Amino acid sequence: MIRIIVSNLIRFSLLVFIQVFLLKNIGYYNLSVPFLYILFILLLPFETPNWLLFLLSFLLGLTVDSFYDTLGVNAAACTVLALVRVIFINLTVQRLSFEIEPEPKLGIMGFRWFFFYASILTIAHHTILFVIEDFSFNDFYYTLIRIILSSLFTVFLMLVAEFIFYRQKER
Amino acid sequence: MRNLLIFISKYNAFFFFVIFFTLSLILVIRNNSFQRASTLNSSNRLIGQAYERYNTLQKYLRLAQVSDSLAAENAKLRNQLKTSFYNGKVEQRTINDTTTLQQYTFIVAQVVNNSIHQKNNSITIDKGKMHGIEEGMGVICSSGIVGIVDNVSTHYATIKSLLHQDIKISARITESQAFGSLVWGQENYNPRFASLKDIPNHVDVKKGHHIVTSGYSSLFPAGISIGQVKESRKKSGEISSDIRVVLSTDFSTLAYVYVVKSTMAAERQAVETESQTEND
Repeated sequence: MIRIIVSNLIRFSLLVFIQVFLLKNIGYYNLSVPFLYILFILLLPFETPNWLLFLLSFLLGLTVDSFYDTLGVNAAACTVLALVRVIFINLTVQRLSFEIEPEPKLGIMGFRWFFFYASILTIAHHTILFVIEDFSFNDFYYTLIRIILSSLFTVFLMLVAEFIFYRQKER
Repeated sequence: MRNLLIFISKYNAFFFFVIFFTLSLILVIRNNSFQRASTLNSSNRLIGQAYERYNTLQKYLRLAQVSDSLAAENAKLRNQLKTSFYNGKVEQRTINDTTTLQQYTFIVAQVVNNSIHQKNNSITIDKGKMHGIEEGMGVICSSGIVGIVDNVSTHYATIKSLLHQDIKISARITESQAFGSLVWGQENYNPRFASLKDIPNHVDVKKGHHIVTSGYSSLFPAGISIGQVKESRKKSGEISSDIRVVLSTDFSTLAYVYVVKSTMAAERQAVETESQTEND
């Protein structure tokens, strides 16, 4: 239990650090902007209670927001992400069929499940994020392209990160 | 109550979502100037649209008043237009020459009314008694003669146009020096033509001969163009031939005319009447 908390804390700090100091400066003409930090919410254990999940999502969003100077935008997107995560897991995973402390990881759940999981959650998060950021439907096509390209970038980074850790675990 | 709690705990994810999402939206709108501005703006736009609809309705109901006031304003503005002012400036050229005495002076006038399609046509000009115009003065324009002043008021004068049955003008054929009188309106109501009477049969009149004023009357200076001979017909048994003249003045486009003022008209008239009474 403590191991899970510590590993999640480290993951939280690491992802926020990478997000605000490295990925914030990477992007393709503001069209494709990666938001890798949401991987933290994706990788929370299945057994996380809902209140903790939402609280953590909200806090994560706020933390990133305070670095991005967009107070509330990422928090809102992360809250939506948490809801989508709850719905997705309810639909696809039978809770009782797992061993102790299962986590939604690539190595445990398999590539196919994790790919859909990551894609759907990322798209949900990015949609809310960019729509709230624009706060209008005037340039909807531009927003749509930003959502799609950014989602591709983020999912790509997630898979890369997961493959790295997956292999480390195998060793 | 218990059911409510069960319901809430069953769908706790949704309620957590609502709580946190509302919280974040509040944060977004309160702390980001762009989103706040656009939220306020859209609400303002909503209110603005409602006001706009209301105004359109009100505007329609007030249409009659508005059009009245516009018409009044139009009239007011029209009063201030340059064309509504009477041009009182007299353009009269007189050359002071000691060797030759000036016999004629000319007063420029603008045509304000004109007719050509009636049996007796007349022209109104914007100069009158005030500018030295008197009854019986001749009127010419740049291309030929126009007519004779008929009535004069302070600011206006009417002209019996050449296209008037009463007008008879003493005219001369330049080529043959023969003179007759030019009339209009006898079997001819075309504003482009007039006929020259009293030219004797023996005078050879050809098409294209020029007709000018004779200078026998004091109305017009001698040699002012009237027109050209169109055709000449000699009738058997009559002493004069019938000459059709194309007028050089285009009465349909008349804009500016000159009123001829003869400084010696009174003297000439006096001496002519004197000799007439002596003969009688």
